[in-house]
Amino acid sequence: MSTTSGVRPKSPTERLLAANSWVVYAFFYAPILVLIVFSFNDNNNVGIWTEPSFRWYEAMLDDNDVLRAIRTSLIVALISTVVATILGTMAALALERFRFRGQRAYDGLVYLPIIIPDVTMAVMLLLFFAQGFRILDGLIGWSPSFGIGTISLSHIAFNISFVAVVVRARLGQLDPRLEEAAADLYANRWQAFRRVTLPLILPGVMGGALLALTLSLDDVVVTSFVAGPGATTLPVYVFGLVRRAVTPLINAVSTTMLVASMILVGISLGFQRNTRSTVPVTEPQPEPANQ
Amino acid sequence: MRRHRLLRAAGVALAFALVVAACGGDDEVAAADCSEGQVDGDLNFYNWSEYIDPELITAFEGEYGVDVVESFYESNEAMLAQLQSGVSYDLVVPSDYMIGIMISEGLLTPLDRDAIPNLDNLADRFKAPPYDPDLEYSAAYQWGTTGLGVNLDLVGDAFKPSWALVFDPALTSTFAGGVSVLNDPRETMGAALEYLGYSLNDTDIDHLNEAAELIKNAKAGIATFDSDQYDESLVNGEVAVAHGYSGNMIVAIGEADNPDSFTYILPEEGATLWIDNMAIPADSAAPCTAHTFVNYLLDAENGATLTNWNYYGSPNAAAEAFIDEEVVDFYADIESATVEVITDTGDYEINYTDKLAEAKS
Repeated sequence: MSTTSGVRPKSPTERLLAANSWVVYAFFYAPILVLIVFSFNDNNNVGIWTEPSFRWYEAMLDDNDVLRAIRTSLIVALISTVVATILGTMAALALERFRFRGQRAYDGLVYLPIIIPDVTMAVMLLLFFAQGFRILDGLIGWSPSFGIGTISLSHIAFNISFVAVVVRARLGQLDPRLEEAAADLYANRWQAFRRVTLPLILPGVMGGALLALTLSLDDVVVTSFVAGPGATTLPVYVFGLVRRAVTPLINAVSTTMLVASMILVGISLGFQRNTRSTVPVTEPQPEPANQ
Repeated sequence: MRRHRLLRAAGVALAFALVVAACGGDDEVAAADCSEGQVDGDLNFYNWSEYIDPELITAFEGEYGVDVVESFYESNEAMLAQLQSGVSYDLVVPSDYMIGIMISEGLLTPLDRDAIPNLDNLADRFKAPPYDPDLEYSAAYQWGTTGLGVNLDLVGDAFKPSWALVFDPALTSTFAGGVSVLNDPRETMGAALEYLGYSLNDTDIDHLNEAAELIKNAKAGIATFDSDQYDESLVNGEVAVAHGYSGNMIVAIGEADNPDSFTYILPEEGATLWIDNMAIPADSAAPCTAHTFVNYLLDAENGATLTNWNYYGSPNAAAEAFIDEEVVDFYADIESATVEVITDTGDYEINYTDKLAEAKS
């Protein structure tokens, strides 16, 4: 993105833009800062500061329900991220690199889970599972039960779309001639994908995976509809807490999740920098060596 | 409670229509046949977050040799949708209006009273609730009210317990900081209806228009319509009077630097009472364990443990002797007050939302 060197912006317009971006940053991050500061608050009320303490972190670690909810959330997020990233990347490749019957319809349908409201998606999935299980029970006399499995499947269902969209954007920028060049050098399709395409779209794949992870850790509506006995995720649990007086326990839990996701982002950024240094042509120029 | 109710209404209506269409008619649910203390498997307990002392669960597991698997929901509607689609739980804790819906949908097992002798411990007020008059399907779990938190330093001691404290602009404009009113269609329109002498479940549109007019004229003294921070605004001294839920008020006032400067009152015209209830789903795989658990929670000392932990009102008259004094005192004024449970008005419900929006604009 850097188009200029390290020269300080001089013109009033540039100064205004710079100021604007700082205001936007403040708007984004001030609430998070408040959340973090108040997680160390020694008071039952979120908004009244008394003195700093680790009281709510201790309460969090003592609260088996919270810990169980965190565990459920992490399991679901992990499963749904891995599966949705693989399937979403495959969907993006299929749409961008191949021509097949019904492609246009498929193309449109991929975006559907992004567009339709959460609650509609939740009801649809719930009905799908309920009916499916009923039919299965009628056929073989056994059916799975609602729980981590149904939550994970539901998260995969909406995450595929997000991964596909992100990966596709990256694929779109990729010069198809790179793959042709690989084929010229006797790479088969798999080798071309593994050695050329995948390393180049990896930032997109990682971005999609992170998005999927975040969405999964975040979801309340779909999850609370398709959950089952013993499977409550953290956001559903926290949402239920709002019913009584909101204590800084929520801040402590949120801060922990925030730090965890920042570590994840950090890892993925480091990963992308690594890929960049080993693969020389990550940023495809629009017209690199034309004519 | 009912904070996210309208948000979910659309989804629930859809779930209803589709699931009912898919299942066809509901069969008559047979009553469970259990004896006192009988267990028939592990208990899948579907409850609101942070609503039961974990010690009570552990003690029950030890006493009866079964596991209690806890799951949590954040709205009555999400819980309803789960039961509609046949997810199997053994005990749920729906709010008042939801019990009525679940009974008519055939989702609950009639209670076997022989297995729950402690039902007698319930206070008279909870023995014939409007949504289940004979306690055929439910037993009260905890309850609370919606009333007014008052800052005595700003309002003085000599006030009349009335909705005038928020709706009479001549009075409220003398309070430093003004007053805070819930941003909740049923609660806020209900309070205005009560002040005008109607029931909070009144479905006469002229009365509702009158209530909207009242709120509109009261806006001079209303600092904010707020359902989230009112308890903190009150104890911080930002508002003089706050309309809100008893459960939040007791915690906020108890934590304040100067608890004696605040009080929580039920207006004499009438206030809202909400009741959460234990009920056993028709699909329960361990109905007898569920009966035993209900009986266990209705025990005098266990009922007291529950209330001492979550600070909500206890419906258990026998438990009172074991409940912390300040909690008993906090909820004591219900005895002399007029209270009403909000009932589901069906298609009329949207009018409360519309009129509140109109009054606020």
